[in-house]
Amino acid sequence: MSKHPSSIKRSRTIGLVWRWALAAVLILFSIFPVLWIISAAINPVNDLANQKLIPDNWSFDNFRQLVSNPIFPFFTWLKNSLIISTVSTLLTLSLTTLAAFAFSRFRFKGRQSMLKSILLIQSFPNLLAIVALFTIIKQIGDVIPWLGLNTHAGLILVYSGGAMGMNIWLMKGYMDTIPRDIDESAHVDGATDWQVFSKLILPLLRPILVVISILSFIGTYGEFIIARTLLTQREMQTVMVGLQIFTAGQYTKNWGIFAAGALIAALPIMIIYLILQDQIVGGLTQGSVKG
Amino acid sequence: MDANQTPTTGEFAKKTIFGAANLLTSLLVLIVDIALAFFAFKLFSLGYIPLGICFVLIIIMISVAFLVPKAHMFKWMAVGLSAWLLFSIFPIVYTIYNAFTNYGDGHLITQAQAIEQIQAQTYLPETGKAYEWIAYRSADNEYLLWLKDADGNTSLVAQVDIEGDAEVPLVTGENGIGELDEEGAPVTIEGYTRLNRILASTDKNLTNIRFGDPENTIQVRSPSEAAELVPLYSYDAEANVFTDQTTGTKYFDQEGTYTASNGERLIPGYTAVVGAKNFVQFINSPGLRGPLVTIVIWNFLFATFSLLLTFSVGLLISIIYGDPKFKGKKILRSLLLIPYTIPSLITILIWRGMFNPDLGVINRMLESVFNISPRWFTQPWLARAALLVVNTWLGYPYWMLVTSGALQSIPSDIYEAAEIDGASGWQKFWGITLPLLLVSVGPLMISSFIFNFNNFNLIYAFINGGPPIPTATTQAGYTDIIISYVYNLAFASGRGIQYGYASAISLVLFMLIAVMSLLQFKFTNMWEEVGENV
Repeated sequence: MSKHPSSIKRSRTIGLVWRWALAAVLILFSIFPVLWIISAAINPVNDLANQKLIPDNWSFDNFRQLVSNPIFPFFTWLKNSLIISTVSTLLTLSLTTLAAFAFSRFRFKGRQSMLKSILLIQSFPNLLAIVALFTIIKQIGDVIPWLGLNTHAGLILVYSGGAMGMNIWLMKGYMDTIPRDIDESAHVDGATDWQVFSKLILPLLRPILVVISILSFIGTYGEFIIARTLLTQREMQTVMVGLQIFTAGQYTKNWGIFAAGALIAALPIMIIYLILQDQIVGGLTQGSVKG
Repeated sequence: MDANQTPTTGEFAKKTIFGAANLLTSLLVLIVDIALAFFAFKLFSLGYIPLGICFVLIIIMISVAFLVPKAHMFKWMAVGLSAWLLFSIFPIVYTIYNAFTNYGDGHLITQAQAIEQIQAQTYLPETGKAYEWIAYRSADNEYLLWLKDADGNTSLVAQVDIEGDAEVPLVTGENGIGELDEEGAPVTIEGYTRLNRILASTDKNLTNIRFGDPENTIQVRSPSEAAELVPLYSYDAEANVFTDQTTGTKYFDQEGTYTASNGERLIPGYTAVVGAKNFVQFINSPGLRGPLVTIVIWNFLFATFSLLLTFSVGLLISIIYGDPKFKGKKILRSLLLIPYTIPSLITILIWRGMFNPDLGVINRMLESVFNISPRWFTQPWLARAALLVVNTWLGYPYWMLVTSGALQSIPSDIYEAAEIDGASGWQKFWGITLPLLLVSVGPLMISSFIFNFNNFNLIYAFINGGPPIPTATTQAGYTDIIISYVYNLAFASGRGIQYGYASAISLVLFMLIAVMSLLQFKFTNMWEEVGENV
């Protein structure tokens, strides 16, 4: 407690030095894979064995290869991914918001047990039921082909139907914080439930809508195993499925192309993170873990 | 009536509009119901009974929600609940059902389909109705067979496996058929060569080809005779028994397989309920139990160490750099957050390339500095260590974010009080920071544990469960966790697909997860939250 001023100063300098030294190690650990993949992407040497952190020379050859590669239809995959993630997110958002409104605003028999079972059933990983999901989509497709296997619509249905539980809870929890006096006074003025929902509640939900849509978009964009099971044709697959299948093959010889693809595929999510960092952090601490 | 002149205009108009809207709703619901009913009917007619029942439930739910005034709140969730029923509940029910069946290789079809397939198996009897025959061969090895039975009736039949008419009319001038000889057989057929006895007996394909219409096919039995194939097994529907026509052996239905008393089985079997057999199986069979024990232990170790490592690195960062006097905090946070901003599958695949034992950058560095080259993908413990390194990289930013927020919410006067009592930094950490932190982030730790407990993507994309466990009878590896093991049981080709067994383990896994989840809900007071609000 009673140190000499100069000794305090010296110990603070030492503290700063080791802190920055440790920070340097951590930063290296954190960004090394990213630097390495960037360097691989611009290195015209395609081979994994000859990658260097600072390439001897550089070019956009690998990116050019992505455009015209028949076994690696990268931009078709990227387009598929963006469509599937966007539509699933919108569908999840509308279904969960409507359902959460009912759970938050109405009191009815079975409400509690429904909420509890939704939460408990949500903890069953979708992946474990993949045989069942495959069978359901196959059987639906036997009647309505455009909802069946190897269609984006079928996959979107599976994603939206499987993501209900946690999102209903997040949404309902947020709605519960909006005082019910607001809608009661509106009801007295003769507003219908729908008017209360669309005119009063919905505008107040903006923050949670943003959180749920980001998490849901990132989740569906990154999912690959259900997509791989349901989408059988190469041109129908998503970018994650494409990258995963690519590395299951002779990937070491085409590492540069993979790196270029990985960089572009990561971009949409990185952009979302950079712009909406604070909202995401808020959403995460409310109980969702990155998937 | 002119509504404007009545005194109760407003009310009346309201009622009319309301009535019209109601009518419109009912009409719309009716249309949707009819469309869904048609869909369900199609499912039933294709034999997809469980899914059909699911849609009947959806129809009932939608009708009740929109047409029964008291159930108006269900309007809001009818569509959502339908999707939930179809893609969350039904798959679980289906998995539970599968856990008690033998669904898998050799048992993929229904009983009716299996009986049909067994009945379709035929053999060539040594006696019975026979024909004289002459064969004709085309340039691309397609055959026609001329037949004459004991009564002197003649016909010309085509191959079963070639599309088109099974029988060609024996009329000169049609279909390229030339003059008929004294027996009634065409001397020439355009595009075909008439095979004489020598050519026919040296033709290797001829005795394997089936002719005529698929119901009663005809095959060449000997150089002088062709005969009709007859079903190999006769089926007694009442006793549910197949009898082999050549040997008289009886095959009885045993849990989806028609089995003879000597153990011989008919193929295919069908999906049948086998009770708790799948559960008993992994207790009794060493080839299944052995790997499963290894996998379950590693599963818990993996989740525990992942949580400990990510949590401690994250916490360390937020304690060291949370100090408001520390400059450059913001840029440091952004740099350290980077692993979090890239979709995890992509970074897992990048790490996979970096850990490649022969070509990867990690081993090239280790080799040049320490002259070692660890076999990351083939040594069990090295593979596990590599997985933990990657998972730490993936997970610490999350804990950095969470703990830096939680640390700020610990009131500073507690620390001041402790300082007055002369507590050291270390004591303050163990006595104040950690306990208070654990209270606030405890539930998140449980959900993070559950997440890693089922971290399929990492295990599968990084190493696919390898290196393989040699004693296992199914595909199992030293880094497999339960969920990736189950996935391989259900989908990995090569060693056979075993949905029933996979579903049984899924159920056990689900129960483990459910217990952990309930624990988490207790922590977060989620249950109570529902209660208070009523």
